[in-house]
Amino acid sequence: MTKFTYADAVRQAISEEMERDPDVLLIGEDVGEPGGVFGVTKGLWDRFGADRLWDTPISEEAIVGAAVGAALVGARPIAEIMFGDFVTLAMDMIVNQAAKTHYMTGGRLSAPMVVRMVTGTSGSTAAQHSQSLESWFVNVPGLKVVAPSAAEDAKGLLKQAIRDPDPVIFFEHKQLYGGRGGPAGDVVEVEPIPFGEGRLHREGTDVTIVSYLKTREHASTAAETLAAEGIECEVFDPRTLVPFDHEGLRRSLAKTGRLLIAHEAPVRGGFGAEIAAWAAEECHDLLRAPVARVGNLNTPVPYAPVLENHTLPGPDRIAATVRRMLDKKGND
Amino acid sequence: MTETTREEALDLLGRMVLIRRFEEKAARQRAAGLIPGFLHPYIGQEAVATGVCASLGPDDVLTSTHRGHGHMLARGADPARMYAELFGRTTGYNKGKGGSLHMIDVELGFLGANGIVAGGIPLATGAALQFKRRSSDALAVTFFGDGASNEGAFHESLNLAALWDLPVLFVCENNLYGEFTRQDRHQRITDVADRAASYGMTGVVVDGNDVAAVRDVTAEAARRARAGEGPTLIEAKTYRHRGHFEGDMAKYRPKDEVAHWKGRDPIDLLAAKLTGDLGASEADVASVRADVDKRLDEAIAWAAEQPHPVPEDALDHVYVDSLGGAALR
Repeated sequence: MTKFTYADAVRQAISEEMERDPDVLLIGEDVGEPGGVFGVTKGLWDRFGADRLWDTPISEEAIVGAAVGAALVGARPIAEIMFGDFVTLAMDMIVNQAAKTHYMTGGRLSAPMVVRMVTGTSGSTAAQHSQSLESWFVNVPGLKVVAPSAAEDAKGLLKQAIRDPDPVIFFEHKQLYGGRGGPAGDVVEVEPIPFGEGRLHREGTDVTIVSYLKTREHASTAAETLAAEGIECEVFDPRTLVPFDHEGLRRSLAKTGRLLIAHEAPVRGGFGAEIAAWAAEECHDLLRAPVARVGNLNTPVPYAPVLENHTLPGPDRIAATVRRMLDKKGND
Repeated sequence: MTETTREEALDLLGRMVLIRRFEEKAARQRAAGLIPGFLHPYIGQEAVATGVCASLGPDDVLTSTHRGHGHMLARGADPARMYAELFGRTTGYNKGKGGSLHMIDVELGFLGANGIVAGGIPLATGAALQFKRRSSDALAVTFFGDGASNEGAFHESLNLAALWDLPVLFVCENNLYGEFTRQDRHQRITDVADRAASYGMTGVVVDGNDVAAVRDVTAEAARRARAGEGPTLIEAKTYRHRGHFEGDMAKYRPKDEVAHWKGRDPIDLLAAKLTGDLGASEADVASVRADVDKRLDEAIAWAAEQPHPVPEDALDHVYVDSLGGAALR
């Protein structure tokens, strides 16, 4: 049986792209010789060495800034932010520099680079090591935003991100990695996956659940539970938030007429708000129930498991929300 | 010190006068309504950009600041395209999308002015990283002010550059003010160059109003950087004659301080050296000034005739590849 984890996917994508292009670099804290705090880059050091993997001081702004600067003169850097929460320390380099280089120079310069960051909770990682900040980046024109939930998608999308001519923010959910320190899995061939093409993880006729990263797994779990009750959900993973596969979602809504967006980020101002607004504007004729959103309850992520479980969305809350959506209109 | 010939000095004078007059004329164009955005004039600091750029090679790259016109002109940029950019025209350096704060000339390795204080410092550090790993002979130069030396980006970048012996020159133009705040009210030290020691880096102080001194200090730092001996923090002591931005009357500065520094005007100092030790005539100096004025007046006339963008141009260049517009939705 093939063993191929999400961590394997990320490692293989970096390795294969480094093999293909000598200007692909990885810059970050403990990414080289130590193999990454989650073991994701283990083995790359032996293969590619210090010229390709740059172990940095704990200096997020310099990590991302060096990546931008290297990109301006021909490199294809990947900057790693160890925990996505720490990207707050590098926001100028992403938002004011990388994202705007192409635009404010009238197209004469660009910053082709990837910022990888580990996102979401992995259980009691608490308020400063657990956040889901993707909607911040969605709101910055010039960035592309990727958030895969499946291992093969992570590999194909990361390869695409490294080749993409624009700055790409690449989220990796820490619960998806598949355990730290185990032996590397099998190599699975995956071609680059074009941005803006969603993936249906499950087909159904009653409700479309839009979800990504770890929450997509929760959505799939909820959908199986609901299927046993006779409720058939579509689970639609956009895979990239910018660009977003509006047509794919429209096709799904034409089948179901009901939309639920579920993510780990706070509901207020989260990516779900964007999709809900788009659906209201563009798909009103397809909707036969109010749009619903599931996410964190607008709190920081708490530490104690009982608190964390209460604030973060899981399969139960997704399933309960779907039932409510159907009850409101009756089970037609 | 390297001997400066009369021809070299006249060339340096021409560059400095070009910067001075470019800024003075830009201020006038702004007052006349042709420039819609910010201007942060470089007047008074011309010797720094001119001296640094005189010691660079064609493959070197530079990052600059909000006060970037001088750096760009010293590197050899076309003043006509710069004015066109300031006027927001399509033939400007950035097609009217950047203005003063974001101007670039990729062919000259001028990677951009920057609207964020200290924003260009990590970028130059990253460019130097790529040069080092590609075994290029090029180096990166980043200009910034005393104000920027209090930003995290400065400290993180100097640490990284020193740690990895990157070929980068950190050029601090200490003009005594971070925006409206005097240096003694924004940092305890007097010499920003002192900070180099804490990163294990060489730091030097130079008279930023002496173009030959700046040129020589830069040449030595560049030689060391290209030889793999690591970065240098160069602090050039200078002064801006005008306010932080065009329109700032700079009333926060004592009159005697302004008078002292205007008495050390870098252009006057070089002109005096030319007509003194170097044996140039007053007519030689006057002819440099006249040539510059003619060139700039032609540049402005050309720029004022250039086409404005059409509104829809605003949607171009958000992405290199917008995937058929999908990334804009």
